[in-house]
Amino acid sequence: MNMISDPRLHLVVIGNGMAGMRTVEELLKRDGGRYRVTVFGAEPHVNYNRIMLSSVLAGDKTLDEIVINPQSWYDENGVTLISGDPVKSIDRDARTVTSVKGVIVHYDRLLIATGSKPLAPPLPGITLPGVCAFRDIADVDKMLEAARNHKRAVVIGGGLLGLEAAWGLKQRGMAVALVHLMPTLMERQLDVAAGQLLQRDLDKRGISFFTDGQTEEITGTERVESVRLADGRVIPTDLVVLAIGIRPNVDLARAAGLAVNRGIQVGDDMRTSDHDIFSVGECVEHNGQVFGLVAPLWDQAKVCASQLAGDGAAAFASKALATSLKITGVDVFSAGALMAADESDDEITLRDDRRGMYKKLVLRDGKLVGAVLYGDVADGQWYLQLMREKTDVSALRDRLAFGRAFADATGAAAKGPDVAAMADDTQICGCNGVCKGAIVGAIKEKGLTSLAEVRKHTKASASCGQCTGLVEAILAHTTGVTVEKKLAALCECTTAGQDEIRKAIMADGLKSMAAIRRAFAWAKPEGCHKCRPALNYYLLCAWPGEYRDDAASRFVNERLHANIQKDGTYSVVPRMWGGVTTPAELHAIASVAEKFAIPTVKVTGGQRIDLLGVKKEDLPAVWGDLNKAGLVSGHAYAKGLRTVKTCVGSEWCRFGTQDSTGLGIKLEKMCWGSWTPHKVKFAVSGCPRNCAEATIKDMGVVCVEAGYDILVGGNGGIDVRVTDPLVRVTSEDDVLEYAGAFMQLYREEAHYLERSAPWIARVGIAYVKQRLVEDVAGREALCARFLYSQKFAQSDPWAERAEGAKALEFARLPEMADA
Amino acid sequence: MDYEWKNVGPLAAIPRQGARRLCFGQGGRPIAVFRTADDELFALIDECPHRQGPLSEGIIAGKTVTCPLHSWVIDLADGEAQSPDKGSTASLPVKLVNGEVFVGLAAKVAV
Repeated sequence: MNMISDPRLHLVVIGNGMAGMRTVEELLKRDGGRYRVTVFGAEPHVNYNRIMLSSVLAGDKTLDEIVINPQSWYDENGVTLISGDPVKSIDRDARTVTSVKGVIVHYDRLLIATGSKPLAPPLPGITLPGVCAFRDIADVDKMLEAARNHKRAVVIGGGLLGLEAAWGLKQRGMAVALVHLMPTLMERQLDVAAGQLLQRDLDKRGISFFTDGQTEEITGTERVESVRLADGRVIPTDLVVLAIGIRPNVDLARAAGLAVNRGIQVGDDMRTSDHDIFSVGECVEHNGQVFGLVAPLWDQAKVCASQLAGDGAAAFASKALATSLKITGVDVFSAGALMAADESDDEITLRDDRRGMYKKLVLRDGKLVGAVLYGDVADGQWYLQLMREKTDVSALRDRLAFGRAFADATGAAAKGPDVAAMADDTQICGCNGVCKGAIVGAIKEKGLTSLAEVRKHTKASASCGQCTGLVEAILAHTTGVTVEKKLAALCECTTAGQDEIRKAIMADGLKSMAAIRRAFAWAKPEGCHKCRPALNYYLLCAWPGEYRDDAASRFVNERLHANIQKDGTYSVVPRMWGGVTTPAELHAIASVAEKFAIPTVKVTGGQRIDLLGVKKEDLPAVWGDLNKAGLVSGHAYAKGLRTVKTCVGSEWCRFGTQDSTGLGIKLEKMCWGSWTPHKVKFAVSGCPRNCAEATIKDMGVVCVEAGYDILVGGNGGIDVRVTDPLVRVTSEDDVLEYAGAFMQLYREEAHYLERSAPWIARVGIAYVKQRLVEDVAGREALCARFLYSQKFAQSDPWAERAEGAKALEFARLPEMADA
Repeated sequence: MDYEWKNVGPLAAIPRQGARRLCFGQGGRPIAVFRTADDELFALIDECPHRQGPLSEGIIAGKTVTCPLHSWVIDLADGEAQSPDKGSTASLPVKLVNGEVFVGLAAKVAV
């Protein structure tokens, strides 16, 4: 045989699946030169991600997308792949394996990774055409073929796999019934309450359930025609998918005389009872446990590869595992115990039916041993970590169910940065390029004692403010004095905070800036450039239709309705509703750019077009020309609604679940023109792929099959913040009501120049949910106040100025003839 | 010192707590006329000492203007930046005669 001349050991792998190939990958990483590798695969394919078969079935992914290692990977790594030819027998004495097609290969080390087989109960009719399992690509092909040519499907088995199969077939347009032996779904991963919530949600999405359903017979003559249950119920169908479970595929190992129980028995070193034969994956049994999830398989692959590479100390230990379900818009998480085992265990449950949220935590001896989450699974990985690390959670107990953010925020104070250890040239303020040494120097030389002074002298933290905490820490460290955190006053004119002032505006009926300044004994009678814009906004928000906007208290961009640039020219961004435009609008923009010799035309991140470098005196004429084509101000300069970014949604996209573009336009039409504490950006994505990046917007909508997920408080700027989920609703009208209410709550309660992300971080998403989700009457009232204020806000400032309003603003003072 | 006084139009052409740039400059640099809440008038070279931002677009409070680019606060009376920023822009004389605003340019010296 030819391998005699090769000095390397020969590793033969039986099974071209996920566990076997991961082991080979890990081995190549550790010691690629020690082995020559030959792989036998039963399926006629390269290595693919079996877990993703349900996504292929549902149409979320293509087969190509789930390939883990293409043929080129085998070639480049010198791995010989013999696919479509399963191994028939192992001869441990001769150290050879023989394939079905008669290939005989000698091995020095053998890895058995034969995985598992679907359970096939001895039901009458199980061999009929139209009956299949849900295990490999061939099964998916059968199911897709049935979905193309037939209408009805029955899935037997209400576990993870069965539910994903049912959902996939539903997505492919079939009428799907699911038969489950037990009273509730996924009973091994979910407790009764969570299982019922899951069934209710899937029922709403059109899957019929037959729980407590014992299948007696599959009937049909040439093809499956119906499924009959023991209680006499008959379900007509064209396809039956069996997903009642799997069992380790141990036939080869058993025939070869290896120790086999439920699975192939392995030790911590992943060796079978034969020292030269290893086994990994769903075919193994370790300490009496068999495996059906992917995480422990990866651990096994690592240990096995280390052992093969000569690391005798590598050992496998099973860890707490978590399950999640791959059904769009249905969030399920489960790990560890489902319920208290006895009286000494504790259960904590949190349930909110309106929000479709359920959490159960199981505690034992002060430690978390189980978590079942439904609806809101964001904290799943945190709970899993607490379980794995066996963290004592007694001190967190009363906050644990509310999630990590809440538990951390109200727990021990965060540790500050180590200022002493910081080098002098460490940059502290990125905006102004100020390093630690410069700050320390200024503090010492000029005897600075307050943050305001440090800001004035060094500019550190004077722009975006993100480094404020660091600057304070440096100040404290340098002066040796703890800086007292005072509630931030609005500006140096007053000691009053923003909330205090806003409350007084409403309570005392203060309707002018002068009245506010009198009431709070302002230091400067006219105020300053910081408080004037804030007070102007607060009054505008408090007294819609009554208070007259004060242009002299507006930053130039809002006064001129264009963005000032570094050279004193302006940029002009017309509104493109939902990012949709027309040839006529594009013609108009092109003509304006040429006519006024506008130097830069740029597509913005918010799906519209920016004309940069417009001279101030040209602005009214530019706007006039744009107005003629129906283009209005995009408020790209405003502390108000900027863009509503959308994807194409169900109108064009094969994945779109709702009309995201249309909804985005409706939102933009409702909310444009409003003045807000800071700028506001929306986005609407037509499916959870989220092409419109809705999760980093002030308000984002992600459409799902079941409706619309509304998310709030995201930001893609300096301090990236992912949105918090607010609520799921079922109609566009609901989305619009929530949007109006959210805008108004933000307008009424955020501080001036505070984006929604820091505002929500400050008040907490729980508060926002309480005001918008739980308090229904409050939400309606907020939305009504918003719509009322919009009556006075929605007029195009460009049209007004193009028609001559405030014309003086735009021209220069001419030289007059002497009188 | 003698000035060349230029009539730049009626007071009403300049908004309260506002400013206007003139259509002519001095030494190639723009000039702005500012009007405070109390109808006091000031004229400055319309360039912030920091990065030459247009002071005429700033917010006016008392006898100061805040540059729109980086928020330096400039004294309208003498063009000096407020502490701790350092720098100044030139100021020009202004007068109001029968409701008309006059700005004084440095007169060309007769030889």
